[in-house]
Amino acid sequence: MCKMQESASTMVEGYLSLENIILRSIEEEHDELSCPQKEETSCSEKEELIDIATLVQSNCSKVPYYDLHIIYSASYRVPVLFFRAYYGDGEPLGFNEIEKDLPAHSAKALLDSKWMFITQEEHPYLNRPWFKLHPCGTSEWMKLLFHVDVSVAKNGVTVELYLLSWLSVVGQVVGLRIPLEMLNQQ
Amino acid sequence: MMEARKYVWEGAIPLQIHLHESEVTTLPPPLPALILAPRIGYLPLLVPHIKPHFSSTLPPGIDTVWFDYKGLPLKWYIPTGILFDLLCAEPERPWNLTVHFRGYPGNILIPCEGEDSVKWSFINSLKEAAYIINGNCKSVMNMSQPDQVELWRSVINGNLEAYIRVSSKLKLGTVGDEYAADLYSSSLNSRQSIGDTDSTGQVKTGRVPIRLYVWSVNEDFDDLEDAPQIDSWDKISYINRPVEIHGEEGKCFTLLDAVKSLLPEYFPYKSLNNEESSREEDKDEEKVPSENLSEHVESCYSSDDAEVKLVRIQGIEPKLEIPFSWVVNNLVNPEHFLHLCVCLKLPQVKIPSDT
Repeated sequence: MCKMQESASTMVEGYLSLENIILRSIEEEHDELSCPQKEETSCSEKEELIDIATLVQSNCSKVPYYDLHIIYSASYRVPVLFFRAYYGDGEPLGFNEIEKDLPAHSAKALLDSKWMFITQEEHPYLNRPWFKLHPCGTSEWMKLLFHVDVSVAKNGVTVELYLLSWLSVVGQVVGLRIPLEMLNQQ
Repeated sequence: MMEARKYVWEGAIPLQIHLHESEVTTLPPPLPALILAPRIGYLPLLVPHIKPHFSSTLPPGIDTVWFDYKGLPLKWYIPTGILFDLLCAEPERPWNLTVHFRGYPGNILIPCEGEDSVKWSFINSLKEAAYIINGNCKSVMNMSQPDQVELWRSVINGNLEAYIRVSSKLKLGTVGDEYAADLYSSSLNSRQSIGDTDSTGQVKTGRVPIRLYVWSVNEDFDDLEDAPQIDSWDKISYINRPVEIHGEEGKCFTLLDAVKSLLPEYFPYKSLNNEESSREEDKDEEKVPSENLSEHVESCYSSDDAEVKLVRIQGIEPKLEIPFSWVVNNLVNPEHFLHLCVCLKLPQVKIPSDT
């Protein structure tokens, strides 16, 4: 997340990008998730997108690839997840196909709870329709997440920890799991 | 104040709508449809008035309506007046658009299922505006069903009185400073001001919902006719970011100040925010590690600053020194966003010499 506070006026606005990743393997059971090795990408300028190809499957024609972008909403002052999915041949997935591809339990639970909504909206920078995951009350449940941590109360939260914690909740809808080691590094 | 808002609500663009040639199945081809489109309205809402004109000539199939201007597919969720202000540097009257009933470009435009999609988009924007102004969406989410219906109908029908009746319950207020005209007129009594006010009634701080559309040019042009045509949405920077108003004693926050505050990468030295080094932080705002700040982009611009050449709002180009509070109170759209079309002349980049 490159857009920091308003005082850093010389920074260029950008977003976090994770592209061409496979979130599920085709051999697994429907409700088990594989977690490909990935790292947090660094901040990217508007014009530069960093591609991270992680897993390559041998018969990957019907395995969806995902692009995930984390974009800061200046209106709501929280991060928002934009994503899209496409097959190996480039054919994009529509909303119904994506819904079927989402991990059954966690996604359904979160979407039914009305904490999260998936809508089709225009990507703020790329002028194309993407899917947006809109988590209601993000700032409220993020406060709850950090409420328990004594060191947070004393020292505040770094941007990285905020994003990792945020992603650990939001990512469940698309089946993105953060390895525990990443969270323990702080 | 009522007068200016009435003009905005009554504003309309004459459209001449041509059916795309690929969808004409009869000879002679149908004449274009002529229609007056409300500035604060949306193109899909015109379809029920346009379709009868062309229905006898359309090929068989299901309608998926979309519009283009000189080949550029038009984003249906942007109010008609803004599309016109943005895409016609030199206003074209009537505005010649092409309508399609088939072949929706789903890879470029988000889907539109008629009035329901437009209404959803409108309410969503209203919620966003409420969040920006009040810090929560409650007033919009708690609207009764009849109120919601009446609000939407007032927008479709361009009925300002009905709109004010319903929207005043949303407490989205007006920007109150000494420069806002008619601050104490009777229609405002039921509203509260945006942000906090001190005892003199001057606004100290508040956020104003803005949608900024910036197109940039490298050279000066004298005539708007010579302005480069916008043939791709990539040529427009869309910035959805609220303006923060910090009331300063005796100082008028102008339209130019507001625009510059939204473009810090072009106007880094003129920023009201920079003056406060010890800003009060929200409890849940994250700390910024110092090493990240050192990676900021170094400005390589020469002494030529970028220049705001044009700011067009609701079809007018106000003087840039106009008090921003007046602009917000009078030129805002029904969903409470102020849409600004800005033409920016880019600074000349000085290439450092290798001596």
